[in-house]
Amino acid sequence: MFEMARGGDNAFGVYVHWPFCAAKCPYCDFNSHVHRGAFDEEDFVTAYETEIATLAERLPNRTVASVFFGGGTPSLMAPKSVERILAAIQRHWQMDNRVEITLEANPTSVEADRFRGYRAAGVNRVSLGVQSLDPDALAALGRLHTVGEAVAAVRLAQSIFERSSFDLIYARPHQTLEAWEYELTEALALAAGHLSLYQLTIEQGTRYFDLYEAGKLIMPDPDLSADFYELTQELTAKTGLPAYEISNHARPGQESRHNLVYWRYGEYAGIGPGAHGRLLIDGVRHATVDEKMPFPWAERVKARGHGMTLDDALNQEEQGDEYLVMGLRLAEGISPERYRALSGRTLRDEQIAELTGIGFLSQLPNGNLRVTDKGFPVLDAVVADLAA
Amino acid sequence: MTPLKNIRNFSIVAHIDHGKSTLADRLIQNTGALDTREMKEQVLDSMDIERERGITIKAQTVRLEYNAADGEHYVLNLIDTPGHVDFAYEVNRSLAACEGSLLVVDASQGVEAQTLANVYQAIEVDHEIVPVLNKIDLPAADVDRVKQQIEDVIGLDASDAVEISAKTGLGIEKVLEAIVTRLPPPEGDPDAPLKAMLVDSWYDAYLGVVVLVRVIDGKIRKGQKVRMMATKATYELDRVGVFTPKLVDLGELGPGEIGFITASIKEVADTNVGDTITDDKKPCAQALPGFRPAQPVVFCGLFPVDANDFEDLRAAMGRLRLNDASFSYEMETSAALGFGFRCGFLGLLHLEIIQERLSREFDLDLVATAPSVVYEIGMTDGTMLELHNPADMPDPVKVDHINEPWIKATILTPDDYLGAILKLCQERRGIQTDLSYVGSRALVQYDLPLNEVVFDFYDRLKSVSKGYASFDYQISDYREGDLVRMSILVNGEPVDALSILVHRSQAEYRGRAMCEKLKELIPQHLFQIPIQAAIGGKVIARETIRALRKDVTAKCYGGDATRKRKLLEAQKKGKKKMRQFGKVEIPQEAFIKALKMDG
Ligand SMILES: Nc1nc2c(ncn2[C@@H]2O[C@H](COP(=O)(O)OP(=O)(O)O)[C@@H](O)[C@H]2O)c(=O)[nH]1
Ligand SMILES: C[S@@+](CC[C@H](N)C(=O)[O-])C[C@H]1O[C@@H](n2cnc3c(N)ncnc32)[C@H](O)[C@@H]1O
Ligand code: SF4
Ligand SMILES: [Mg+2]
Repeated sequence: MFEMARGGDNAFGVYVHWPFCAAKCPYCDFNSHVHRGAFDEEDFVTAYETEIATLAERLPNRTVASVFFGGGTPSLMAPKSVERILAAIQRHWQMDNRVEITLEANPTSVEADRFRGYRAAGVNRVSLGVQSLDPDALAALGRLHTVGEAVAAVRLAQSIFERSSFDLIYARPHQTLEAWEYELTEALALAAGHLSLYQLTIEQGTRYFDLYEAGKLIMPDPDLSADFYELTQELTAKTGLPAYEISNHARPGQESRHNLVYWRYGEYAGIGPGAHGRLLIDGVRHATVDEKMPFPWAERVKARGHGMTLDDALNQEEQGDEYLVMGLRLAEGISPERYRALSGRTLRDEQIAELTGIGFLSQLPNGNLRVTDKGFPVLDAVVADLAA
Repeated sequence: MTPLKNIRNFSIVAHIDHGKSTLADRLIQNTGALDTREMKEQVLDSMDIERERGITIKAQTVRLEYNAADGEHYVLNLIDTPGHVDFAYEVNRSLAACEGSLLVVDASQGVEAQTLANVYQAIEVDHEIVPVLNKIDLPAADVDRVKQQIEDVIGLDASDAVEISAKTGLGIEKVLEAIVTRLPPPEGDPDAPLKAMLVDSWYDAYLGVVVLVRVIDGKIRKGQKVRMMATKATYELDRVGVFTPKLVDLGELGPGEIGFITASIKEVADTNVGDTITDDKKPCAQALPGFRPAQPVVFCGLFPVDANDFEDLRAAMGRLRLNDASFSYEMETSAALGFGFRCGFLGLLHLEIIQERLSREFDLDLVATAPSVVYEIGMTDGTMLELHNPADMPDPVKVDHINEPWIKATILTPDDYLGAILKLCQERRGIQTDLSYVGSRALVQYDLPLNEVVFDFYDRLKSVSKGYASFDYQISDYREGDLVRMSILVNGEPVDALSILVHRSQAEYRGRAMCEKLKELIPQHLFQIPIQAAIGGKVIARETIRALRKDVTAKCYGGDATRKRKLLEAQKKGKKKMRQFGKVEIPQEAFIKALKMDG
């Protein structure tokens, strides 16, 4: 079902962060900025080229399995900029002949106009931030596009790119199960091979957070939220788009290879403001983070060749924890042997037995441990039990 | 040696905050024992905790030199007694070392519960009492009203009460004169064999164990070989002297005098308050009456939060006991809490002080189990057991009856809260023995089971009276009670640290309250958790913690690995602070909070 090597160590992905948006959405805590006034995009992209060159020196002989342009809003980039960045990656590293190149796009008509340009630049997959198929909900989420524009953008993307996906946010204030069932059914009819379905999360530092704290945003309680999740699993599985990760659904074979690199705890380089990386250097895993603010980041890259403000070697416990946190989100689960190799400890048998006994954990035929569908809604608690 | 007629030994009795320490400071200052530079406020409360809380744990003495109006030179010995009922026996012995007391009453507040309890103790040891009205500088001071109260409630003549302000120094001279003219001098025979009372003792880093003594007959001298009559231990005295409050070596103390001795005494536990000290070779015929060894009345388990701290805890307890023989501890193991100690205290304040000192001075994180009183278990075979820990309760079929300690409680309250207070006492199985009025305030006397008082009685009293009621108590006797052991089962397993003895009439109410509390305190798990209160095999209350239904992060990509890992680290740390009980993790605070009821 998955084409990639199971041991996540071999896969290598490149994440490119584009930090600008046309407006800030009230629920979003991503590293995104609305820039005003003149902006020299060509000059800014040069910093990406520089950082790629520097990283490639530290990470020789890699074969790139995927590139992901995330944001912010990468669909605000000129196709030329995407092309330059992909060219830089290609110059320094070997590209896998089946390389996946994804670009995150906002579904406004202006951006849809650039799809062909991205395709020409090498992008072969887009992920569209549709968020909702209900006009009132879109307005409440502060989105700049209409439902009509979004549906048109999805269709256009499906005709231009080999693969595409779109995102929806559900379990929103005031949303009913019935309304979500209707909306999701529509979405499943529209979807190609991949769909990301996120429950709305109140993130610190957002406008929604302040409203929520002030009691002006009523979120579904845990019971309703669990019901939303169950309904979602039911409908997607029935339609042939089962969850391969907590919030991600795909027809078998259509999974996002890039995101699998994260969840399989593989190696990825982070390029651009605020980008994170996990680099394997001489057998040691490093956690890296770039400067968050766009222009200080570019300055930093100019001065030092890279924008990293943090480069930490992770110890065994930290690696084991990260593997559990990421890997148990997947339906394919984790390999207990790899966990042992990473963390230097073994999962406790009685803990496994207990969680298996109450139906939250199961052993797969290949020896992997996975959190069951019943366990997914309480994944964080299951992981904490296993890690303790 | 001072002639007996020129000695006055006295103490000061007062309700907390009525100005006892301030007055003591003024007396020291006015007699010139310390200059202004040396005066720290409240010289006598020397431990940090005492200073902070304004309570005295150890008796202290100070010797003042005073030239009176009659032209004579006097030695005045002030004993500052511990100010709390937990230390009632120590207070009694300190008072017994004096002939008189100053009864300090805040003229703006009037008589309070502690005023009564303390003055009764002074009357019990036949003190001459001089009423002193303090804080007359305050606009709210009402001297006439308070005098009337003293006469009505205590039955003392207050017409000659000394009116002062300890704060401004007004009237201090009159207090000194009253001490000399109105309090009697001590009696004693300088030529009789040595007879002295051990008033208190403490550990001093430089001097070792310091023993406070009151000489009754004969003389106590440096180099003398003395014998403690209760412990039969003998010591050769290294130093003999007084505190002014600076330490002064005198070499000798005569009858009527109060001072200190040191010898090579290893620990405070070797010295018993109330013991009689005499000459080893020429002992007195009879020991002083009234001696009794310290008796802990409240017990609780203390466990280290981190099991690795067990040895440190043991060492810390040993250190504290060096200076406080009334505190006892022995090892205890609990299925829920691991290794720890069962500790005995003189009362709830004593318990709090020790707990606070362990965490503050020794930097130890502790879990304390619910305080329990000492029960007497009458067995069917006629023997009697002392039960310090409800978890050790013998098989009920072998128990014939259970006796529990009772107290005599004195509560003084503004009339407005009387109804609520009577209801509280009634709920706690109280028996009203008296109800009278002190001006506009009600004075209520109740007999109450101590068991009901250790269980959040202070907190409730404070809350129903908005802090206006004052409360004091004395242990009185043991009475038979219809007591049962209530166990708490979490997920079907009994949690030993939560079992308590309750009166049958209270069991259901208490059981329900505990189950409800635990439901709030134990976090949701992946499975449903029943919480039950049971007596024997019978469940009397039940709550259920529902299984967790939703706990998952919706989005988690490459940039979230760090954040999620840190969250997991915090969760793992949090779990270390929980006690694993069967499959259930119980937060440590639950063991304390489960027994507190509010509102
Ligand atoms: N206004 C006024 N305040 C006083 C007087 N005597 C003591 N106080 C204050 O009352 C409080 C309690 O006094 P303290 O001597 O510690 O009381 P203790 O608890 O009986 O030892 C302190 O804040 C003192 O400053 C006084 O004569 N007048
Ligand atoms: C990098 S973000 C945004 C991509 C793109 N700029 C957009 O807004 O369409 C990727 C996805 O995360 C989801 N998301 C962002 N904030 C969220 C929140 N607070 N709760 C749930 N999902 C969220 C949205 O579905 C979004 O499309
Ligand atoms: S949700 Fe997307 S468009 Fe909105 S602020 Fe975040 S990154 Fe920008
Ligand atoms: Mg004081």
